[in-house]
Amino acid sequence: MPEIELTEASEEVLSSLAVAEEEQDDKWVPPNGVDASPDDPALHDLLEAGLIEQESEGFSLTAAGRRQAASVLRRERLAERLLADVLHVSDDLATETACKFEHLLRKGLDDQVCTLLGHPRFCPHGSPIPPGDCCRAGSRAAQTVVSSLADLSPGESGVIAYLQTPRRDILQRMLAMGAIPGTPVVIRQRFPSFVFDLGQSQVAVDRETAQQIYVRLTASSSAPSPKPPWFARPFRGFRSRRRGRRP
Amino acid sequence: MILRALHFFRRLLSGQRGCGCDSCVFAGPTTARKLALFGSPNVGKSVIFNQLTGSYAVVSNYPGTTVEVVRGRARIGDVLLEVVDSPGTYSLTPLSQDERVARDLLLNDPPDLLVHVVDAKNLRRMLPLTFQLIEAGLPIVLDLNIIDEATRAGLQVDLAALARRLGLPVVATAAAVGLGVDRLRVLVSGPVPSVSAFSVEYPAPIESAIERITTALRGEYEISARALALQLLHREAEIWERVLRADPDAIPEIEKAVSDAEAQYSQPPAFPIAVARQKAADRLAGEVVVARPRPLRATFAEVLGRLAMHPLAGIPLLIAVLYVGLYLIVGRLGAGIVVDFLDGQLFGEKINPAITAWVERLLPYPTWSSLLVGEFGVITLGLRYAIAIVLPLVGIFFLTFAVLEDSGYLPRLALLADRLLKRIGLSGRAVIPLVLGLGCGTMATLVTRVLETRRERLIATFLLALAIPCSAQLGVILGLLSIHPLGLAIWAGVLIMVFLLSGFLAARLLPGEAARFYVEVPPLRLPSLRNVAVKTFSRLRWYAAEVIPLFLLASLLIWLGQLTHIFDLVLSVFRPLVSAIGLPQAAADAFLFGFFRRDYGAARLFDVHAAGGVSGVPLVVAMVTITLFIPCIAQFLVMQKERGLRTALAVSGFILPFAFGVGALLNLILTTLEVQI
Repeated sequence: MPEIELTEASEEVLSSLAVAEEEQDDKWVPPNGVDASPDDPALHDLLEAGLIEQESEGFSLTAAGRRQAASVLRRERLAERLLADVLHVSDDLATETACKFEHLLRKGLDDQVCTLLGHPRFCPHGSPIPPGDCCRAGSRAAQTVVSSLADLSPGESGVIAYLQTPRRDILQRMLAMGAIPGTPVVIRQRFPSFVFDLGQSQVAVDRETAQQIYVRLTASSSAPSPKPPWFARPFRGFRSRRRGRRP
Repeated sequence: MILRALHFFRRLLSGQRGCGCDSCVFAGPTTARKLALFGSPNVGKSVIFNQLTGSYAVVSNYPGTTVEVVRGRARIGDVLLEVVDSPGTYSLTPLSQDERVARDLLLNDPPDLLVHVVDAKNLRRMLPLTFQLIEAGLPIVLDLNIIDEATRAGLQVDLAALARRLGLPVVATAAAVGLGVDRLRVLVSGPVPSVSAFSVEYPAPIESAIERITTALRGEYEISARALALQLLHREAEIWERVLRADPDAIPEIEKAVSDAEAQYSQPPAFPIAVARQKAADRLAGEVVVARPRPLRATFAEVLGRLAMHPLAGIPLLIAVLYVGLYLIVGRLGAGIVVDFLDGQLFGEKINPAITAWVERLLPYPTWSSLLVGEFGVITLGLRYAIAIVLPLVGIFFLTFAVLEDSGYLPRLALLADRLLKRIGLSGRAVIPLVLGLGCGTMATLVTRVLETRRERLIATFLLALAIPCSAQLGVILGLLSIHPLGLAIWAGVLIMVFLLSGFLAARLLPGEAARFYVEVPPLRLPSLRNVAVKTFSRLRWYAAEVIPLFLLASLLIWLGQLTHIFDLVLSVFRPLVSAIGLPQAAADAFLFGFFRRDYGAARLFDVHAAGGVSGVPLVVAMVTITLFIPCIAQFLVMQKERGLRTALAVSGFILPFAFGVGALLNLILTTLEVQI
């Protein structure tokens, strides 16, 4: 189903309703400049389009509205990631700019940004980014900027951009092992475990952990290390190495 | 009572001192300076410990083999030092039990002086822990170890500048070759340095939380309030409990300060804290390390190290390691040559007849002399099994294991095996306890501490008790079956199947998060002969202290049992079970022996076989059953200590019928198919 063209205010209403739903927050606070009444132009358009419905205590998303809201959230959170990871915009400024930015990321462009960023799964604040077609297809751009460690090939290098794990103990473990933003990494091997140089040491992790370490790629992917004989070169795995596996 | 006597005996044999118990007679003078070695895994703490004390910590090139605090003594000039070696830890916020042991050392028994041992070529990664130790308010000497590897890599560290910036004495050593150790000796025996004033500055929200917490804290603690506040910000459960006990009134304010800090970030505060420490470390390392990278040529060790991780080259290499290490060295050399000589020639032909004749002349009462030299005599059986069969086998295994450990091969094995081990609910880290279990299941059960989740520790404990043969069993079995390749293949096949299947089921049945795998892969190093010898010796000593008393006790109990006919009663319980799996009656006592020590049972089987009692299919069935069979008393005790009595009972309760069930099934299959072995 094609998405309905909406005003910026209407999109903000949709995303705020979706966030309230996501956080299971009963009390929905309308975004600035919007009145919580059916006469407000933003709400009026949405009601008209069948994306939201009026309830006794306010408004809620319809199924179609929820789909479109996911797309809005996706663009908004991708925009935050883009600003934070690539442009290094500071945290508060990023959130503010992202709201405007998101509206400009029209459908289609979001998949390109998502691919560029290595299909991130969470925004810098830890909220999930709804997956798009590109994530399901596992596509990879010619010039990815940020990528999860699990999607890199042997020899590629970069610096750690961020870690994204829901578990505190695993985050602490990765930090303690030296996987801290800014640390240079060179990937050495992908199978049966991921092996990479982390600063001066070498670390092996499983796929789950590798997926949660995001790396900002550096231009040169030639590792300054001796070239091993053919039989000792990294093994690229039996299966296609570009599987964009996401749950 | 018996246990206490055993415990005392074990202590006496292992020569432990400074054991920490109140009534300890060997506590020595109280003036000894307490010196603790602290640092990440694999930086050479244990080598330095050995250099300082001239004694035996277990050293290895694998993160996580020191799972307990090791103590030793040293005298430098007139300063008496009590040196403590701690398990390697990456930070002061522990994430596994062995790291907790290290952290608790600082918390419960703070040393007078701490030596922070770091890998000189990786200063950038090591400094964050130095900062944490400084924060804790302890006097520290910083030891840049493995300085030779750093020099080879073209790195030069300005020691004086580092010492000045940190406000600590700094020394560079290459302890494995003894370089710089004298300077370290001088530093640790000299005046205790004052506590460094160096401080990492955290982002404002963290600093303000620290400020609020330190103001709220009133109680007495062993570490500084600032370090305590940072641990509270990490929500370290044990520290919270401590504060709850010492400062119950401060808890609401602390809780508020911590949650306010948490609200400021999208990630837990651990994240900005780690980033701030790393930034400070980067800045400092940038100032003091001069890197002149040299064009490196891959050394043989590097090529081999990479090969060992390679899935195609790694597996043949693993098979080669197993073949040489287990089959050739433990099986052929250990069981075939050494045991044959010690047991057959030395004890069988010389010692036993001589002692028997001598005892019988001195003690002309058959009842009493049989205690010492009878069929189950303390000397002729207990001591012979220990010295002639079990110790040589275990010793040879420990030697092989020590070489593997020190070379840095095991982390590579771990990363190869991780995917397979995930299927049975473990992770690659479990390789250490599992491989060590091929030496001694009791020791390996202790080492399951390096595993992070309770679920992993439970599964590993279970598999160690069930399907991993210990080296004495392995030696005897490989020795007996090496002339029957088919029998050996059946035995190995059944065990591998049981291992994988029961692990698979255990992983399905036990709730809990899947284990995560990460391991640091150290460079492959040529093991130092001294370290390998020291390690093998200290493990063997631990083992001897563990088994010899039990062997003697078992002989005594069996003698008593025979005298009172209880022995026959118990044997009559076993006989139907033994017949059920198609074994001759003579094999029944091997199982009874297995209760005391697994290796004791295996040794008995060796005897029964030598007497022509069992061979062919029954021999293979007996081998399988006795390998699966109940963990020995020592392993049971360790299981109970580490995992709790209920788990230990449940595991044993499952294994006993299971082992006989598998034996009966195997017997049925082999006899139905009329397999000739």
